[in-house]
Amino acid sequence: MKIHLTSVFVDDQRAALDFYTDVLGFQAHHDIPIGDDAWWLTVVSPEQPDGAQLLLEPAGHPAVKPYRDALVEDGIPLAQFGVDDVQSEYERLTERGVEFTQPPTDLGNVTMAVFDDTCGNLIQIVDRW
Amino acid sequence: MTDVFKALADETRRLILDELATRDGQTLFEICSLLIARHGINSSRQAISQHLTVLESAGLVTVQWRGRSKLHYLNREPLADLTQRWLNPGKDAS
Repeated sequence: MKIHLTSVFVDDQRAALDFYTDVLGFQAHHDIPIGDDAWWLTVVSPEQPDGAQLLLEPAGHPAVKPYRDALVEDGIPLAQFGVDDVQSEYERLTERGVEFTQPPTDLGNVTMAVFDDTCGNLIQIVDRW
Repeated sequence: MTDVFKALADETRRLILDELATRDGQTLFEICSLLIARHGINSSRQAISQHLTVLESAGLVTVQWRGRSKLHYLNREPLADLTQRWLNPGKDAS
């Protein structure tokens, strides 16, 4: 068994695709219309095009908002991405206007930071995983 | 004043204040991460949240919202009142 796909809920799928590709640097993988203003929309890392896909899933279900609001209130990230260097990624994304709820933090064996993906989620980046 | 002593009587709560003194304005998630990584404290988020409530009601921690996230700040004023009482007697705090 493999983890081949996981998902985050996003407020607006097209805006989410822009953020996840243009700002973060992922590439679109599937972009298939599935009804009223909804798509089967996944991105992958250009470093791992055959790796796990991230599904950008519509956040319309009524359970999503209270769930995500409670997590964001406490600063809890919904997904974790791996980067070579958290500090340089922090600087690159900050220049692009990305807001961090937590700047690069040295936790001894790992450095991590947490940013707002502008789609309703907090995302954690780490340099060792 | 009693609340301040009660709040400071707990080691985990003192460590939370240490971490806020190092970097002010942290989410619950960040505080929990630092307590685990730097102090080996594996309390649940709910437990740490309750500690923060105690610190907040003692006036040692204040909360501000940034966007949709709640950040915790160290408030030193109640501690200044303590030094006023014993280290600087005779000078009225008011």
